[in-house]
Amino acid sequence: MKADVAIVGAGPAGLAAAIAAKENGAKRVVVIERESHLGGILNQCIHNGFGLHVFGEELTGPEYAARFEDKAAALDITCLTQTMVLDISPSRVLTVVGPQTGFCTIEAGAIVLAMGCRERSAGALMLPGGRPAGVLTAGTAQRFVNIDGYMPGKEVVILGSGDIGLIMARRMTLEGAHVKMVLELMPFSGGLKRNIVQCLDDYNIPLKLSYTVTRIHGAKRVEGVSIAAVDNKGVPIKDTEEYVACDTLLLSVGLIPENELSRGMDIKIDPVTGGPEVDSHMQTSIKGVFACGNAVQVHDLVDFVTEEATRAGAAAARYLFEEDKAIAYCPTKAGTGIRYVVPQRLRLDGDKKTLFFRVTNVFKNCVTVARCGDKVIARKKRLVCTPGEMESLCIADEDIQGDVIVSVEEA
Amino acid sequence: MIYDVAIIGAGITGAMIARELSQLSASVCVIEAEADVAAGATRANSGIVHAGYDALPGSMKARMNVRGNALMPTAVKELGVPYENCGSLVVAFDEEEDRSVDKLLQRGQENGVPVEKISGEEVRKREPHLSQDIKSALWAPTAGIVSPFELAIAAMENAAANGAKVYRSSRVTAISRQNSGFVIQAGQNRIESRFVVNAAGVYADEISRMAGGEEFTITARRGEYVLFDKSQPVKVRSVIFGAPSEKGKGVLFSPTAHGNMIAGPTAEFTGKEDTDTTREGLAAVMNGVRQYVPSIDRRSAITVFAGLRAVGDRHDFIIEESKSAPGFVNVAGIESPGLTSAPAIAEYVTEMLVTMGIDGTIKTGATRIRKPIEVFAHATPERQCELIDTDPRYANVVCRCEHVTEAEIVKSIHRPCGATTVDGVKLRTSAGFGRCHGGFCMPRVMDILARELGKDINDITKSGEGSWILANKTKEAAQ
Amino acid sequence: METRNLTCIVCPLGCEMTAQMDGRKVVSISGNTCKRGENYARAELTDPRRTLTTTMRVKGGGRVSVKSKDTLPKGKLFECMTVINAWEVQPPVKIGDVLIKDIMGLGVDIVATSRINGV
Repeated sequence: MKADVAIVGAGPAGLAAAIAAKENGAKRVVVIERESHLGGILNQCIHNGFGLHVFGEELTGPEYAARFEDKAAALDITCLTQTMVLDISPSRVLTVVGPQTGFCTIEAGAIVLAMGCRERSAGALMLPGGRPAGVLTAGTAQRFVNIDGYMPGKEVVILGSGDIGLIMARRMTLEGAHVKMVLELMPFSGGLKRNIVQCLDDYNIPLKLSYTVTRIHGAKRVEGVSIAAVDNKGVPIKDTEEYVACDTLLLSVGLIPENELSRGMDIKIDPVTGGPEVDSHMQTSIKGVFACGNAVQVHDLVDFVTEEATRAGAAAARYLFEEDKAIAYCPTKAGTGIRYVVPQRLRLDGDKKTLFFRVTNVFKNCVTVARCGDKVIARKKRLVCTPGEMESLCIADEDIQGDVIVSVEEA
Repeated sequence: MIYDVAIIGAGITGAMIARELSQLSASVCVIEAEADVAAGATRANSGIVHAGYDALPGSMKARMNVRGNALMPTAVKELGVPYENCGSLVVAFDEEEDRSVDKLLQRGQENGVPVEKISGEEVRKREPHLSQDIKSALWAPTAGIVSPFELAIAAMENAAANGAKVYRSSRVTAISRQNSGFVIQAGQNRIESRFVVNAAGVYADEISRMAGGEEFTITARRGEYVLFDKSQPVKVRSVIFGAPSEKGKGVLFSPTAHGNMIAGPTAEFTGKEDTDTTREGLAAVMNGVRQYVPSIDRRSAITVFAGLRAVGDRHDFIIEESKSAPGFVNVAGIESPGLTSAPAIAEYVTEMLVTMGIDGTIKTGATRIRKPIEVFAHATPERQCELIDTDPRYANVVCRCEHVTEAEIVKSIHRPCGATTVDGVKLRTSAGFGRCHGGFCMPRVMDILARELGKDINDITKSGEGSWILANKTKEAAQ
Repeated sequence: METRNLTCIVCPLGCEMTAQMDGRKVVSISGNTCKRGENYARAELTDPRRTLTTTMRVKGGGRVSVKSKDTLPKGKLFECMTVINAWEVQPPVKIGDVLIKDIMGLGVDIVATSRINGV
């Protein structure tokens, strides 16, 4: 099979990229999706809060996804579902398997990687104790409850106060489970304030900050967890240990971009984001291979995923037609208080640029600044910046004279 | 029916004995308390095939170790399980440990094991990630690594294919004598057998007592492990041991047959039910391996687990017919080098039983071969196409991290002594062993198990009774 | 007079506000940084409402995701869940289909947010 643009993943990133590729002149656009349906993780995100920026409406995950699925269908984009990409060669040949295609190779003019991310598992935490049934990530629990219609447990403790953990606290409670508490290692929650109020406060579910699970009890099924307060290094404080009876431990302890395919292609990966290093066109270190969405950096708002993916899809299409003219780049760097900056390098192509980044801590009454040498080229006053909410700054192309360093400072 | 031999315990010892016996005309059954084969120490150990320099010369351990090591390459070929003859290094950091290495060298030679001493530089030439502080090491080329539970499962499949009956989820609660044999109450089953082999791991002492056999004590000594991501960069090619010193045996750092690195074990006496890992134990493992490989990163861990060694009070294997219960054969205290010794113990116990009076003629149609499981992810593209042509379910990849297909999962359920639980599928196919550790594939694996076994997905467990995964359907209260 | 505390959710600042209530009447609000926060507090204290998102059983198995078209009184959510859980919808279902009209007489419809193909 041949394709002008092949897109790996039909979640919000993949679909938006496919649509943008088609709208920018690519004729044969193929999307490859491992699930049996399109929409990616949005299908199980039945809560609302999606689309405020893109559509001016607050939609649920499935509704947001449907808008893009319908558009893709209208644009005659080929979608291969239940199809897995096993391998991508550096010459952009994808090897895929699935019931629709059997074993098949796809030669692509350009590729967009939109595989999304996966959840950090219990084993990666090295949690002491048994290995009983009943320890699962919040996303897997969400799939069981919302797609399959099964409750993974009745008496629940949640470790991790990121949005997925908070959303599942509410969801499980509404479906009749008793969510006893949400524990958070850091002294601040990783989720939106709105979710703290509407998922925890509304249901009187306590949030214990600077707390962690120190042991899982139970041989066959979870019987309880030991919890303890932690110091500022995250180390459990001995005397604070207590036992909490429960039959389920949900983990919401980190999202990691899915990048096995990228690594297999020897694409340069940013060790901080866990995703490919990209330029301002979302192109990776391999020409003609682009990436977007949670595969590049874990997003909190799907609206920004759509924006990023649209850029990637458009660039992938243009790559097919534009001659490969030499272009200069300038790197971005994470300065004080900044965890990472995407894109990692900027094309000096005359276009305005948007830098996306995350801060390392909670900063109140601050300014986010982009500097080139000593010159401030962008500045934004912020009442508060938190690690859980992605920030952005716009810079003009002509201001980029060298490394662009982003930092957060006191106002 | 009255079996000739009933084997209690389907760990590596019981499975290999069953496999050996199943070649003969004697009738064999295996009785396992848990839901699956390899449920105890067999699935929670280092997977090392020891060279044999460590065991005391003249002991049963030494004899079985050396013979087992010699038999292992053939056994793994016949049973079609991955095995690597990677050799082992016992590394010394100071004078005391260097003397220890000399002692092991001598012991190895006494046991008839090829061993040699090499310098610290030579060690680092072969293994660039090892510490600069290593002075010297013992090199044992005949050591290897194998997947212990795959070996046990393959042996049991072979035994079942030859006619052995396997009773799972059948805990032995009583053994009595009847006529010239035994009656075993195991779960709902009442099993009669002329002879009994006790391979019950940490519970072997209790089983022996039940049958009126020898009084000995088995103490559980727990070992905790850390398993690392395949893609992490700090790797070694051989098994790395620390030289025994005053401080103890130390932990090992080794490749596994699957391509991960493993670190461990600790050694603490605990209760027979206690397979929990502990904060202190895991810290001890990490501190221990950092001595050999200073650059190992704890963030590359993908799972931790612990297994219980069955430590006998005689400090050697107990492999003998019970004097107080004739016909009852104890195979107890099989701690390290138990895995390595398994093929030799199987051979030895089979000979013993033939002498004791079972029919030792080769059964017609019995085979020693269990065909290797074809792994889709390891096949060439041409072969992958062929597989999909024969069975379209090979085109449906279920485990994204390990590329395990629906066809492989279905086969793992329908093979002799097949998977009935999520862990059972995991041990047979690697689905759930990868980076996301089942996060993506568990719901799908459960769907397939439910479909193939004709069960409700609600009844699919992680590892047998008590390990329920799903509580109930949502909205049940409303109906 | 009663003192009530609440966290504003209108913007990431999450101001911790304090209100003085006289029965069900809001007397004063403090701690907010802007007018939007004050408006939110007043609404939240006198008539807290939430959008309900959940799933509904589909005949033949499976679930369809649903939401309340408008916000519902916060205190009625569990009762609404009981009503929704007792329903079973016949496929096909389109996004926006009204599955329960005027739930519990509260003037709010429950609509489908995902689609199910017909059998």
